[in-house]
Amino acid sequence: MLSHKTIINTLVGVFLLLPVFAQANDLMPTVPKAKTNANPETLCVRDVSDMRKNHMEYIMHQRDKTMREGIRTKQDSLAECISCHVTKDDKGHFANFGDDKHFCSSCHNYTAVSVDCFDCHNDKPTAASKTGSTKK
Amino acid sequence: MTQPADNETTTDIYRRQFLGKTAAAAGLALAPGMILTEVAHARPADSAASDKNRWGMLINTEKCGSGCTACVTACQTENGWGGEDNSEQHSNASQKAVWIRKVKLKDKQTGHVQSLPLMCQHCENPPCVDVCPTGASMKREDGVVLVDKHICIGCRYCMMACPYKARSFIHEQIQNQKVHAPRGKGTVESCTMCVHRIDEDGTPACVEACNADGHKAMYFGDLKDSNSEISKELAKNGGQQLRPDLALNTGVRYQGL
Repeated sequence: MLSHKTIINTLVGVFLLLPVFAQANDLMPTVPKAKTNANPETLCVRDVSDMRKNHMEYIMHQRDKTMREGIRTKQDSLAECISCHVTKDDKGHFANFGDDKHFCSSCHNYTAVSVDCFDCHNDKPTAASKTGSTKK
Repeated sequence: MTQPADNETTTDIYRRQFLGKTAAAAGLALAPGMILTEVAHARPADSAASDKNRWGMLINTEKCGSGCTACVTACQTENGWGGEDNSEQHSNASQKAVWIRKVKLKDKQTGHVQSLPLMCQHCENPPCVDVCPTGASMKREDGVVLVDKHICIGCRYCMMACPYKARSFIHEQIQNQKVHAPRGKGTVESCTMCVHRIDEDGTPACVEACNADGHKAMYFGDLKDSNSEISKELAKNGGQQLRPDLALNTGVRYQGL
């Protein structure tokens, strides 16, 4: 049986080779572009290859920090991933999770890795949280 | 599995930026005679909630309007429950989500009627946390009782344990959740005391709505800060717990019962 790590490494290998295959094979996933580059050097909040390999770790770490300790930094926030990476189509609509045009789905559908983030979390960007105006 | 290596460094940068901005703001605000306590309240986004605070609410039932549901509506709008597109289609009214509800109390002998909002009482010793088999039902350091839906298995023991009937269960897939209030099928949920607002130094939506409506029946604040409005009011006029016999030391108190 393949170890978790081997599978991940293989997947990462596949992703890194995507541009090579993409020209030859249209069946490869088309990952929608992010709205902006969060960091001009790394292009994402971290190095892109790091994000491809470890995004689940970062999100998981942040999830417990936010939920249990109330730490709401933006760098590894799922809502921030969504608001930057999930972009509108030609008609101005956001794709739903499950649709190949949704940022997360584009790869997760291809690799057949299911996630349950969006059973509870919104899969589309919405207006920012409204903070209470009255101070305590 | 690789652990986030540069997390600390990057957090440091965020923290530094925040501190820089705060310092600048404090510098501007520090005109002679200004009080520093307002600035001290804000918690940086990268620091954890601490037991130096205990958030609580005080509800004056005499000021609470009998037909008014402003707090309930505000909670629904803020947290995205009870609307048409994020509500269960096949559940009856008693099965649907209720984070906060209005309760009418009538004294049978005198006919005196009182009205009050009832929600999670954010107990110091919460029975829901005691019975949770996974640790999903939890109390934050600052006294806010929450459900960690990431590890909730939907067993609903907590719903049975809660003496205030404050929790509800989601039976169906729902859409269009609020970004700050994720909610989904198979998990239990309840009032979060608008924890996303607390973390940004705000006030819960229900309290804000009650004040905006002019009733001013609800106070929110830090029970551990003796100078907060809520603590002063509690010290002066007192506040009852619901079911004090259970010794839960609730964070939500009532006056005029």
